Amino acid sequence: MKKVLMSGNEAIARGVYEAGVRFAAAYPGTPSTEIMEQFARYDGVYAEWAPNEKVAVEVAIGAALGGARALAVMKHVGVNVAADPIFTVSYTGIAGALVIISADDPSMHSSQNEQDNRNYAKFAKIPMLEPADPQEAKEYVKLAFALSEQFDTPVFLRSTTRVSHSKSVVVLNEPQIPENKTTLAHNAEKYVMVPINARTRRVEVEKRQKALLSFAETFPENKIEINNPEVGIITAGMPYNYAKDVFPDFSYLKLGMVYPLPEKMIRKFASQVKKIYVVEELDPYLEEQIKALGIQVTGKDIFPYTNEFDPGIIKNAIHSNLHNAVSPYKESLAHRPPNLCPGCPHRALFFALKKSKAYVHGDIGCYTLSYLKPLEGLHSCICMGASIGMAHGMSKALKEKGKGKIVGVIGDSTFLHSGITSLLNMAYNQSDALIIILDNSTTAMTGMQEHPGTGYTLMGKETKKVNLTVLVSALGIENIRVINPYNIEETQIAIKEELARSGPSVIISQSPCILFKRANRKPVPPAEIDLDKCEGCKVCLTLNCPSISWKEGITKENSKRKGVAFVDETYCVGCGLCAQVCKFDAISYGKRKHQ
Amino acid sequence: MIDSKVHSILFVGVGGQGIIRASDITCEVMMEAGFDVKKSEVHGMAQRGGCVNSDVRYGPKVYSPLAAAGSGEILISFEKMEALRYLKFISKDASIILNTEEIYPPAVNMGAAQYPDDVIGFLENHYEKVIAVDAVSIAQKAGNVKAANVVLLGTLSSLMDIQHSIWESVIRKSFPQKLVKLNLEAFQMGIPA
Repeated sequence: MKKVLMSGNEAIARGVYEAGVRFAAAYPGTPSTEIMEQFARYDGVYAEWAPNEKVAVEVAIGAALGGARALAVMKHVGVNVAADPIFTVSYTGIAGALVIISADDPSMHSSQNEQDNRNYAKFAKIPMLEPADPQEAKEYVKLAFALSEQFDTPVFLRSTTRVSHSKSVVVLNEPQIPENKTTLAHNAEKYVMVPINARTRRVEVEKRQKALLSFAETFPENKIEINNPEVGIITAGMPYNYAKDVFPDFSYLKLGMVYPLPEKMIRKFASQVKKIYVVEELDPYLEEQIKALGIQVTGKDIFPYTNEFDPGIIKNAIHSNLHNAVSPYKESLAHRPPNLCPGCPHRALFFALKKSKAYVHGDIGCYTLSYLKPLEGLHSCICMGASIGMAHGMSKALKEKGKGKIVGVIGDSTFLHSGITSLLNMAYNQSDALIIILDNSTTAMTGMQEHPGTGYTLMGKETKKVNLTVLVSALGIENIRVINPYNIEETQIAIKEELARSGPSVIISQSPCILFKRANRKPVPPAEIDLDKCEGCKVCLTLNCPSISWKEGITKENSKRKGVAFVDETYCVGCGLCAQVCKFDAISYGKRKHQ
Repeated sequence: MIDSKVHSILFVGVGGQGIIRASDITCEVMMEAGFDVKKSEVHGMAQRGGCVNSDVRYGPKVYSPLAAAGSGEILISFEKMEALRYLKFISKDASIILNTEEIYPPAVNMGAAQYPDDVIGFLENHYEKVIAVDAVSIAQKAGNVKAANVVLLGTLSSLMDIQHSIWESVIRKSFPQKLVKLNLEAFQMGIPA
């Protein structure tokens, strides 16, 4: 048996492969992305990036109805997008197998909220497994497929950032040889969810619930460990590890299956220990259900509702008299907020857009980082695809007051994810907002994933590439302009003119992500600052480029200058933006140094 | 192994410094040395100049990939001021390895905040063992500034009781053939004389 270090996401991909599953669809999103990237590398698999999570789930359902064993993967908020098919596939069941992975993000390391997706399992009446580390993640995903087949049900596997992105020792098993059970078998009464059939299936769901409930009682991954009978902890997933780290001698009920809960087992555990703590991040999901059984437990009275836990948080909550660890360093330290990369095309666009003083509805992507000072490029950001609808709604509500002042910005991948219908609405109901599609030819924020606008699939095959201009035009938008954002002056003019127009306009700001390898950019020498010309006005610093900094104390005769701008040649990619904004012609770029 | 304790090493610094690679190598080494090992890391923002940190924990059986605040035994800071940010997470008798490289945060770049003075002096006043290493210059001597992370691993190895040959074999496996020699040299040069 080979032992390797694996992240939770790598382990999930491995587990899916070991289970003999060969079909998966997903939309990228932190902390779930690497599952599909890893899975796609295994021999003989089919894996695709769908334009959004709803499509991914529908693709997986279709495969499963054809008898395949299929996987759909998404981050927690992706389940919101996919919720519609998920709630009804719970009724129909599947012919093959269907596992849906929800990777939750307690602490919002890279998300707009920290919703607890265990609630979806209960809400949609779909069983859910929750592994605590990479080894369990690999095993549980196999169990999830088995469960799906046994009970004719979709199954959730819930991961969290700490499971997905921690690494530990994983024992590899021999992959199961896949068995092809795909077939075109009609079963319309089961799969056509018109009311008459849905009512029948609704009853089947409750029968399944009952069967799952007794399954949960004997499920080997629901484990009771009796140590010290004074204190018992009921927990699941990563918090089990945090608790074991600080309280190895307490008794534990570790739930590998978080929906449905094993009622008898919980009662048995409660009878074996005196005091019970329920240790869970985010919602009092287990706590409420256990309390509903009439069992007294301590949970959110002492444990936080917000953010992920660590061993110290659990220890301090239970031993309330402990002193928190403190740093001897008391001064405040400058933060290191994430920033747009040197040479990023979004920096150029947002620098120009700021001059328009418009109210900018933002969206989800790298460009969300433009919110930070000094660019301060966004005034709202809710979820994937929201910018267009919000810009339209605000424009309609404000009428003349909003004219020429409302913008929505959205990335290419995000537009294709859930912006198309909102833009269709905007063309249909006609508002005056300006939409800017920030087309950098990739899904940059999650690490360069392909999408329908890139011309390549997840499996690396060349394919149809959507033409954004044609698409936008087909939706009914008449004013469409394609610009190169690196030309700041032209960008400003385009924004000004389109804002002045009546009716909806779309600007497609086109320039590949600076990290995008396929763009094949030729290396450009870094910018150079002529210290004789620099007046120390700091305008180049307002670009917030990581390669430009300020050096105090370099003065010059007959000038009020207190310092100069300085370019770090190791970071600068020679995009030339700073040269464009410099009013004193002090910055040159694109020229090789004279040696 | 008589020692049942779980040990924690904190790797901290700024995106792009090779921190994740260094903590991966350390994990492999501890696994090869027969320990159970878990590590945590924060993804996503690393390429974009944000703070990066990774806990490596090893022992006969490790549960949590995150260390409790106040419990880290070794802090290895790839950037000078970043060490100050994580002192809450290490114990009073922790050892600190400090790369003397300074990378200014945006606010310092803009002239809106100060880079902290005398970081080494402060740390030496509060902690028994502080090893300051100019890893960038050493890596340059070894042949490539990018090997600074492996220089620091050399320094780390001097605080851990792990056979040199294990470090060497893991480093060999971790880099493409043409970079192995350079990294082995960088590792060796990082070990304090």
